[in-house]
Amino acid sequence: MASLAATFGRGAMTNGWTDVVNADVILVMGGNPAENHPVGFRFVMEARRRRKAKLVSIDPRFNRTAAVSDCYVPMRAGTDIAFLGGLIHYALENKLYHADYIKLHTNASFLVKEGFGFENGHFSGWNAEKKTYDRSTWQYESDGQGFAKVDPTLEHPRCVFQLMRKHYERYTPEAVANIAGCSAGEFNRAAAIICSTGRPDKSGTILYALGWTQHSHAVQLIHTAAMLQLLLGNVGVPGGGVNAQRGHANIKGSTDMGSWNNLPGYLRLPRANHTSLDEFLKANTPKPLRPNSMNYWSNTPKFMTSLLKAYYGRHAARKNGFGYHNLPKIGESDNNSWGFFFDRMHKGSIEGFLSFGMNPVANGPNTPKMLDALSKLKWMIVVENFETETAAFWNAKKLGEKYYSSFIDPAGIQTEVFLLPAACFAEKDGAFVNSSRWLQWKSAAVPPPGEAKPDQEIIARLFLKVRELYEKEGGKAPQPLLQMSWDYANPLSPSLEEVAREVNGRDLAGKQLNGFGELKDDGSTACGNWIYCGSWPEAGNMMARRGQEDPTGLGLFPNYAWSWPANRRILYNRAASDAGGKGWDPQRTSIRWDGVRWTGDTPDYKADAKPSDFGAFIMLPEGVAKLFAADLLEGPFPEHYEPAESPVPNPLHKEVSSNPLASVFQGALDKLGSAKDYPYVAITYRLTEHFHYWTKHMHASGELQSNFFVEVPEELAREKGIKGGDFVRVTSARGSVEGPALVTRRIRPLKVEGKTIYQIGIPIHWGFVGRVRGPLVNNLTPSVYDPNSGTPEYKGFLVNLEKV
Amino acid sequence: MIETVAKLVDTTLCIGCKACEVACQEWNDQEFTTGVFRNTYQTLPDLAPNFWNLIKFSEHDINGEQHWLMAKYQCMHCADAGCIKACPAPGAIVRRPNGIVDFVHENCIGCGYCITGCPFDVPRLSPKTRKVYKCTLCSDRVAAGLEPACIKTCPTNCLTFGSRNDLKFLAEKRAEELRKDGLANAGVYDGPGVGGTNVLYVLKHADRPQDYGLPKDPRIPWTVSLWKGPLKWLGNTVFFGGLLAALVHYIKVGPKEAHDEAEN
Repeated sequence: MASLAATFGRGAMTNGWTDVVNADVILVMGGNPAENHPVGFRFVMEARRRRKAKLVSIDPRFNRTAAVSDCYVPMRAGTDIAFLGGLIHYALENKLYHADYIKLHTNASFLVKEGFGFENGHFSGWNAEKKTYDRSTWQYESDGQGFAKVDPTLEHPRCVFQLMRKHYERYTPEAVANIAGCSAGEFNRAAAIICSTGRPDKSGTILYALGWTQHSHAVQLIHTAAMLQLLLGNVGVPGGGVNAQRGHANIKGSTDMGSWNNLPGYLRLPRANHTSLDEFLKANTPKPLRPNSMNYWSNTPKFMTSLLKAYYGRHAARKNGFGYHNLPKIGESDNNSWGFFFDRMHKGSIEGFLSFGMNPVANGPNTPKMLDALSKLKWMIVVENFETETAAFWNAKKLGEKYYSSFIDPAGIQTEVFLLPAACFAEKDGAFVNSSRWLQWKSAAVPPPGEAKPDQEIIARLFLKVRELYEKEGGKAPQPLLQMSWDYANPLSPSLEEVAREVNGRDLAGKQLNGFGELKDDGSTACGNWIYCGSWPEAGNMMARRGQEDPTGLGLFPNYAWSWPANRRILYNRAASDAGGKGWDPQRTSIRWDGVRWTGDTPDYKADAKPSDFGAFIMLPEGVAKLFAADLLEGPFPEHYEPAESPVPNPLHKEVSSNPLASVFQGALDKLGSAKDYPYVAITYRLTEHFHYWTKHMHASGELQSNFFVEVPEELAREKGIKGGDFVRVTSARGSVEGPALVTRRIRPLKVEGKTIYQIGIPIHWGFVGRVRGPLVNNLTPSVYDPNSGTPEYKGFLVNLEKV
Repeated sequence: MIETVAKLVDTTLCIGCKACEVACQEWNDQEFTTGVFRNTYQTLPDLAPNFWNLIKFSEHDINGEQHWLMAKYQCMHCADAGCIKACPAPGAIVRRPNGIVDFVHENCIGCGYCITGCPFDVPRLSPKTRKVYKCTLCSDRVAAGLEPACIKTCPTNCLTFGSRNDLKFLAEKRAEELRKDGLANAGVYDGPGVGGTNVLYVLKHADRPQDYGLPKDPRIPWTVSLWKGPLKWLGNTVFFGGLLAALVHYIKVGPKEAHDEAEN
């Protein structure tokens, strides 16, 4: 999400599931939707059936998606940037890019300051001592009035287009083959299909998931994909886009609502140096970089003030900065993402932990470190449908048998654990937000069993109890709780309808707002999440709509549920048209300019503004999409870096092999292995029969795929004398797992730098509690994270394999 | 006239997600059990008395290209059904007016002849109940105007339910499209040796149905054809001989205890 926000302006799937039917080419890479999104995959199959769309699958394994593809190319885990960089090179060399599109809708023409460069694995500005970049040379050349200089001919040697061409010169098909391990011929075959969509009358989509996000260079990786799609003119266009498939029913909703590293609506977290609302707003309200940039984030003060008003109600007024002082602040350069948080817990600086719908012992990397971290807590509250490995962590020594024999005895653990039974998704109402940004309201199917309670009731009861204690006993900072607005009919269990109306926002008279255009920065509107404003106006709950009309014929279904922002179905849809407002392909644009207004989908543009008035990417200060993104930490252009554990040094620059900015920890349990001891590349993934670690409590998944197994290439199995079903032990620098081998030809040996490289596939699902049990695969995975997003590197780490 | 119903399996759209397996188990109240690992993604090695719908997974090299084929396997509801031919128990295997081949378990004597008669190796004898089981094409759902459970749940539209004539037309059209698209061997599988099947398949490699787990040229075994053809009298003799034996057994041992059913 971090990458798409930097490139396009919003961290979200650009198009949507139903739009995939409009694609001519579907590239699946870093995902396996046939396996993990089988219901969404129907739209891929419809595109193939209706318009003979070509499906290209690029993956370490010949997986379920590959099985129905037109073109499959194997690759080594962690080399996606090399492959995609090769595609950029291929499109540029063979002039397959959409030249008019990139001139109008990207920063290809922007000039970059003198001094910018890339040498031996580092961009300009590298500070070897501090291991950070001084990014001042990565900025645009200014015209003296605060705007970037441009060269519309794209010929200036310092324009983004020429710099990009130079940067990817090295990514020839042969160089890609040498890094990724496929053959140059295989690369070229896939490249020809993918780059065939650079024509105005063709569109191609990219579908990806955790196979891209779980790398130490993941955000750069996704930026590479976004650059490719921009070059091919595939963004904003029906059947195009960069489409992130989210793995849980409501993971999009939780990101939107700020349960990760942001406030609701992707407002940034206040930091310690933002001591007042004004300072916060000054730091977080961007200035336009081109005269025609709409720069929609200039409205940040309206979004933030309305959020504070929703939080603190009558306690929020202009004179007290609308209660801004109540918000917790993080340190000026603190990172509060997953890896850092658990590292702090592991070091003993965190007292208590609330775990809602989250099982860090199972799904966090480096299980031994997770177990150790939880044992350092004073207390932990786990709110769950089932007892999880996290709730039972104190008993890991007994339940986990041989894997955790060195873990502390329960008697030695001081952590007090509270397991609160929670209602599951079918036992409560509320909205799910899917990958396509659709907020879909649902009703409860059955009441929660026994003492189980919906999450909002558990949170409300905890909140009110803690507030009561502050009222009675006082404390260091009682105001944030005492001033929190809590106006619900039943304060102990707010209904989700009340909460949804509050999130949508209202004015002082209590009238529901129609959209974020009505938000004010003077305290006269309150809104819990500006991007959801319009989901529950006076007219009622838009999320509960189930209209199946499709007036454009493009599969937009505008009356089905409600899509953020402003019920817009295809983001950046202005980019599907040329400077005069005519569709690049008149058959394939979701909005049309009729001379007065834009009609069709909700325009991602001012509805009555002329095509020449603004740039098409209204959320970015540039007004256009970014091929060159200086806000990414490791460089404005993505570069191939090896995973933190790699079987070979980086063939492009051996000295700077892996991401110089990756978050790598140095504790006793944060071990990394080398190819000498751990010669094989491993990846982890889910199977279609399972849902994460959850369905191991269920009968059906138990039968369909009961057993843990390890997928081993036939050639490696032969070398080691392993037959299908034989028990094997997989070991990394962190831990080990044991199970039967699934010997297969679907994982091919690869040739990298003249060496034969084997990859091993390990599905996740099992653990030490539940109906079907098996080892926790995260015993093996490293605690290494992407520096921008904080996502762990589960794909492409090193292991050894032995027959037991 | 009631139209013959059929199921179309377009294997080019199957992703092996097993939703049809779950739907079949759930609708038919079949128990789920923990399986044994067998070096495959396939749920069970074969159909079972309590598992009537199985996706077969197999890996093949065809013209130098790697293939991982997935195809749903179940009763084919043949026009000329070997099981009906072979069955000695009156009313145990019936053909519904809509073409569904259905087992009526109260009439089943558990002799297992239908298993010999089936060219697709589908019926399974339960050692527990001594009756034979297989896919009913959800005859109960179809009678109520619903589609079979597997069809209802399929996420990729790989499965379609409808009249046999319509589906045959659709299948041939789809195969034609695939051939035009460069898949020279695409075609429809409709078992001519059994007078056509009411489960139709679109195959990318129709010249190699065995790669999908389908018999290349399904035919009713000649012994069974004889049994219900020229030698029917002999069959009847054997059958009534069997009944006579059962009567003798009844007189000697007494009635089979049947209060199980009453308790349910």
